[in-house]
Amino acid sequence: MSNNNLPTWEVFIQPKTGASFEHAGNVHASDKEMALQNARELYTRRQEGTCIWVVKTEDIVSSNPEDQQSFFDPADDKLYRYPTFFKVSKKAKGL
Amino acid sequence: MSKELLFKYVLTLGDDALILGQRLSQWVYKGPFLEEDIALSNISLDMFGRANLFLEYAASLKGSTTTADDLAFKRNEREFSNHILCEQPNGNFANTMARQFFLDAFYKLFFEKLAESEDEQLSAIAQKSIKETTYHFRHSSKWVIRLGDGTAESHEKMQSAIDDLWMFSDELFEMNEVDNNMLTQKIGVDCLTIKAKWDQIIDEVLSEATLKRPENIHMTSGGREGIHTEHLGHLLSDMQYLQRAYPGAEW
Repeated sequence: MSNNNLPTWEVFIQPKTGASFEHAGNVHASDKEMALQNARELYTRRQEGTCIWVVKTEDIVSSNPEDQQSFFDPADDKLYRYPTFFKVSKKAKGL
Repeated sequence: MSKELLFKYVLTLGDDALILGQRLSQWVYKGPFLEEDIALSNISLDMFGRANLFLEYAASLKGSTTTADDLAFKRNEREFSNHILCEQPNGNFANTMARQFFLDAFYKLFFEKLAESEDEQLSAIAQKSIKETTYHFRHSSKWVIRLGDGTAESHEKMQSAIDDLWMFSDELFEMNEVDNNMLTQKIGVDCLTIKAKWDQIIDEVLSEATLKRPENIHMTSGGREGIHTEHLGHLLSDMQYLQRAYPGAEW
């Protein structure tokens, strides 16, 4: 068997209970169970996580790099989207 | 006398893990693909870790200056008491998975019982081993199902592997003088009582894998008494080479 035949899966690890899952890398696998086991073998050998997600790479929808300007640049002149844009009243306590 | 029997009992547990670990390590860099290569290496390392715990305990029972390394590297073939299933060659990937599947199913049941041992050391090692074995079983049984219920070729290879190794499976449940003595002292496991459960687990997985349980196979045994298949000598000559060629060599 060559791994050219096997689809790739993206691996997400939750470092500790309640934390967000983080992208760790990918694995080759023919099915869900094998993907989960291979992710466990490659990415949690040193107790890195408490939970693993795997998802087929082809099922991930990604924005296109050439869409970068139209997707992200419109935000660059909207400073009011940052909390630091606003003055905080001296009377406001407990912030 | 009792200490001598306990030594023999612990030694067998250590030998099983050591020989199986050595076999699995022969897959390193030869795995069917990278991820599985690493999986087999990880399982091999679990086995060496387990072998170390048992052999260190055995060495302490032996007393004097005996070390775990002495037991691993300075005994001859006839002095090893592992089950002969453990020493069977890796063959193709299906052979390795069939061997692992039979043993993982056995150890899952065996360590659950050994965890109740009145010998604290054995109970502690068993409790640690249960977690590992649960994962090993998940890995090997899923492969048996995947290959059995896969393509026509993988089905045929998986069935051949099950058929070829079946003859070594009965030995796992044989009770010799040492086993019976350990059982009486509430130290050891009654392997006869776990046979029915093992059969059930094997049948469930084989059925899901669309594989047939072998019938009317002549069973063979002898490993516990040091009577091995021709494969063990070759494995030991490889594993023990360094200590034999350069006695006492250290890192």
